[in-house]
Amino acid sequence: MKWVLIAAIVAATSAGEILQAMGMRQHGEIRDFRPGAIRRAVALLARNWMVGASVVAMAISFFAYLGLLTLTELSFAVPATAVTYVLETVLAKYILKERVSAVRWAGAVLVICGVALVSL
Amino acid sequence: MTHEAARLRFKSWICAAIVILSNVAGNFFLKSGMPASLPTPLDYITVLFRPTVALGVLLLILWMASRMALLSWADLSYVLPVTSVGYVLVALAGRVLLHEEITARRWTGIALIMTGVALVSGATAPQTSPRPKPLPEVAGAGR
Repeated sequence: MKWVLIAAIVAATSAGEILQAMGMRQHGEIRDFRPGAIRRAVALLARNWMVGASVVAMAISFFAYLGLLTLTELSFAVPATAVTYVLETVLAKYILKERVSAVRWAGAVLVICGVALVSL
Repeated sequence: MTHEAARLRFKSWICAAIVILSNVAGNFFLKSGMPASLPTPLDYITVLFRPTVALGVLLLILWMASRMALLSWADLSYVLPVTSVGYVLVALAGRVLLHEEITARRWTGIALIMTGVALVSGATAPQTSPRPKPLPEVAGAGR
């Protein structure tokens, strides 16, 4: 059961974050953080289908994670779901067309190894 | 570094700090308020009305909002490693608040994370991908 939940979390988180990044990128840089401007941005984003789909995917991921935490300890749940870092960095390069330079890859790999060591 | 690049980098650091702190605090309250098991589907809803769980959820909403704002200008492949400083804060909080011992393996992990974050946040620009022009209705809003 816990492996089913982990698979669901990895798939839903990756899909949700790629969609969220696409939707936020389409909206453009948020520059005004006053309450009125944030309200307008939220109203615009609520009508963006990619942002909407990302919220659904992340809600699935959130409840699956709550379920996982009732079955296992954080020390298992955190490194197991850190697989999403690798998958999302690859997807960011090929789907979001980000320039993942050698330095950025090196940093990402160090972080992933570090997360595994800290939480195992 | 141009003025624009410096502005984006500084703005990304500030926003990443909010993302990291709200995530660490939110997960802490969520976990501390969570019962040992959630036997029925209804329990997944009613547990949200426990005060510590509710506070955790509010902080995680702030986390999601600040992370979305960060993603409106920064790369996902930048946001992912940089915001993982949270794992380091969780380990250090465990030592300071709960007097947990940090083993040699965890110190190694902390050093690897901090090195990786320094590389990504110090040596790569937050935004590398081509950006589409904002939608016409967006262009006037929020400026």
